[in-house]
Amino acid sequence: MTDTATDTATETATGAVPHATTTEPHPASAAAAATEAILRDTLAGAHRGVVVDSPPGAGKTTLVVRAARELAATGRPLMIVAQTNAQVDDLVDRLATAEPELPVGRLHSSEAQPYDPVLDRHPSVVKSAKVADLAGLDVVVSTAAKWAHVRGAGPWEQAIVDEAYQMRSDALLAVAGLFERALFVGDPGQLDPFSQVAAEQWAGLSYDPSASAVTTLLAHNPDLPVHRLPVSWRLPASAAPLVSRAFYPYTPFRSGTGPGERRLEFRAPSDGSSVDRVLDEAASSGWGLLELPARHTPRTDPEAVAAVAAVVRRLLERDGRAFGERSPEPASVTADRIAVGTAHRDQAAAVRAALASLGVTGVAVDTANRLQGREFDVTVVLHPLSGRPDATAFHLETGRLCVLASRHRHACVVVCRAGVAELLDEHPSAEPVRLGVEVRFPDGWEANHAVLAHLADHAVPW
Amino acid sequence: MSLISTLARVEAAATGRARPLTTVRHRHLAERPMVLVPLTTAGEVGAPLGALVGTDRDAPRLLVVPQPRDRTLRFAFLAELAEVVLPHLESAQGTVELQERAETDPETGKRVKVEVELCADAPQLIVPNTAGISYVRLLGRSTRFRRTAEEEPDSPHPAPARLPLLGRWLTHYGERARVPGSSLLLAVTEVLGRHWATGQSRLEDQHLGALLAWIEAEEGTSGAEAALRVELARDGDGVPLTPPAGPATDPAFDNRRLAPAIARHDAGLPGAEEEIRELVASQLRPTWDAVWRALDLLRALPPGARVADRWKRDRWSYTAHRDRLRAGEPPQPRRDDAVTAARKLAARETALAELAAQEALDDPLVMAERRLSGEAFAGEVVRVEPAWSEGKRPMPRPLVTVRTDDLPHLEEGDRVHRALEGGKSQPGVFVASPAPGLFTVRLTGGMGRGKVPEAGSVPEEGETVCWTLFEHAPRGGPDLPDPEETPWTHGGPPDPDALDAPDPVTPEDLL
Repeated sequence: MTDTATDTATETATGAVPHATTTEPHPASAAAAATEAILRDTLAGAHRGVVVDSPPGAGKTTLVVRAARELAATGRPLMIVAQTNAQVDDLVDRLATAEPELPVGRLHSSEAQPYDPVLDRHPSVVKSAKVADLAGLDVVVSTAAKWAHVRGAGPWEQAIVDEAYQMRSDALLAVAGLFERALFVGDPGQLDPFSQVAAEQWAGLSYDPSASAVTTLLAHNPDLPVHRLPVSWRLPASAAPLVSRAFYPYTPFRSGTGPGERRLEFRAPSDGSSVDRVLDEAASSGWGLLELPARHTPRTDPEAVAAVAAVVRRLLERDGRAFGERSPEPASVTADRIAVGTAHRDQAAAVRAALASLGVTGVAVDTANRLQGREFDVTVVLHPLSGRPDATAFHLETGRLCVLASRHRHACVVVCRAGVAELLDEHPSAEPVRLGVEVRFPDGWEANHAVLAHLADHAVPW
Repeated sequence: MSLISTLARVEAAATGRARPLTTVRHRHLAERPMVLVPLTTAGEVGAPLGALVGTDRDAPRLLVVPQPRDRTLRFAFLAELAEVVLPHLESAQGTVELQERAETDPETGKRVKVEVELCADAPQLIVPNTAGISYVRLLGRSTRFRRTAEEEPDSPHPAPARLPLLGRWLTHYGERARVPGSSLLLAVTEVLGRHWATGQSRLEDQHLGALLAWIEAEEGTSGAEAALRVELARDGDGVPLTPPAGPATDPAFDNRRLAPAIARHDAGLPGAEEEIRELVASQLRPTWDAVWRALDLLRALPPGARVADRWKRDRWSYTAHRDRLRAGEPPQPRRDDAVTAARKLAARETALAELAAQEALDDPLVMAERRLSGEAFAGEVVRVEPAWSEGKRPMPRPLVTVRTDDLPHLEEGDRVHRALEGGKSQPGVFVASPAPGLFTVRLTGGMGRGKVPEAGSVPEEGETVCWTLFEHAPRGGPDLPDPEETPWTHGGPPDPDALDAPDPVTPEDLL
């Protein structure tokens, strides 16, 4: 896992060209004030837990690294819980890079290649499959699944739980006995954890095992302080207002950069095709919608998949240059700076196959679940409702669209069949309302309409 | 819905006859199951109207509540139900086999082998549809906390002696039915729907009569038309000729037939009770016969190879409940505590993954579904290269290349699994695809401990093999703390009194 794949925004953004806003405080100072308040509550607060809500690209990982260093400096043993091995490796790498002297333990599984070899670069990082080998280290990092099997160690005085909104309540139950106090960091707008089997029987219980860890935590500890990171350093000025309005209407955030601070240009001129026109639209406005004719299709709609692949190929062929606050020189939009997002794994596989047949390699193609937490310059999204005859709860899920629409630093091109607005109107949300379960706003129906309405201004017919 | 099941539905719609989704039966069917067809009273939750119950298809026991709102009659019905059902549910408690199980010794903390009893069989309960399963749960919930005259001598309305026990058994069966692949309590519509695809929607498949019409249609006849007749045909009074499979009754039947008869019963007219019994029987009998016909259809399918393995887990579940009863434990609580809920969810997720894997391994048609979705691939072995691992003791790690038309979603380093004779599975790692349609897998286990692979553990050239991307025996979830050690994030240890206490009065309760 390298830093191309994760949100490294804040570190590079600090010291960036300041951009003037009229009345609001400068984004960097607003973000710094929020961070200070979080650290104050975590280091010296009276509560056993602190919750931090972070919109996409608001410097969540940066916050975790900073909090970990400050907590370690107080001498309190610290454990960090992340959700996937990639997240753990990335955290350890960034922690060790930020403070090479800090003794960090990476607790891993006993399988072959259990951690990213990049960690071998750091002499202060100890890797082991046994928690006893890591005893006494300032910080020990592992996945929730691995922590759940730790017995006979701890308790740690302090924990940091990363991506806490993607963690299920039962996973927290399995690890919460290991720590006294904890800082919970996560993005409430991303995909909720889910269960393959029916869990209605526990709906409404405060400790519903299929709910998110934060839901359970706050239900039992309603007076815990909840903080919010107010600035997205990833999303450009063209995307933050839409994502904030559509997915975080009650907790708005803004972009760290102003209009025009990021630009995308192509060296090669447009050939006049619809693919090139949608790329030009996305380069100038941040959004592009390539609209295919309405039709009901199988999930792996061959025409839509071909369109996605064509967009990616032209994006590479036209040799994009990304101008931004990170450096005065433009950066090439190479394959590793591009991602394709889909709803289903078979769609991702179909896009991968289509790209391979065009000779395109190195582009990340994955489902929304797997793109969570990652960052790219340009994303190409196959709309979850494209070509569908129905709008199920899965395809309407707010978090799915939110993840897909918030991975980019410069531009996002959505490929979709026409008729989604009508489809939405035919399928109003009809999820049962359960006693004791908080109804989430906005629902996927509303969020989908908000995004579609915005994209309509940037549509190019196929 | 997978591509194959969509195709099966389209074909069924085109031909008017159901299409098979499987080649074997994926649920256990006991030799002597007990069938229970319950009916409930409209408008009054938990007021049974009647039931047909029994293990002999030709001699069901008819139970009827002539006035469902009369609680004394309701108790009489439940007592009678307990009298019929309990002997069946308790019938397998005595015959046991001994099994070895690893347990933690409380004194030394070490894992030791202990011998425990496992019931050799478990009684099976069969209801017509999922609403029937919910009704079993409702009966369990409403009766397991009742106090008998022995427990509460002063109670003016003590429950019949064995009723709370029936409630505990029904609760256990209802809860077990939530575990994917379990067969203690089955809904016939669900089991039929797993094995056949019809040309109607899944919602319509919940009508047992219509579902059977699709499946039973003879060559050259239209199941679609027969299903429509079953759903719509009504007599002169508007009462359906094929009554619904319950527990809800048809409104026209309620209004035109049942209500007048109950009124006559309430007025004390002679023969009224007998009339109600006949009316209720007329609604129950067609469903009773349909359930047995469905069982005949299912019995005609050979059982899948791993069905007995899953049934053994049902037997463990049955034995565990028997042991809890024998130990004098209290009835299942109203609500699960945090730890129990998490444990149940983890167990069901493991069961679901296991069921999906086992159904595919048992059934080439189900495996085809997984192959089509890129989760498995099968083909002929075209090349086997011997190779060894590095290190002090080189172990065999041969490379096997397979030719296939399947399109698995594989990336380098992905794990694959192959079923071996005798039920074990062999792990491998996907290495590369040397050419389109060729996939090379490095075997990483299942070849014994020697430097040379055991005979038969490496496939030979020309052999057909099937690799899956999913595990065959998925691991369970993590160990959870004991309920007494529930952490602060989940509200701390549960207060046993609070669990069964009535809900606190809130301002919303007072108008």
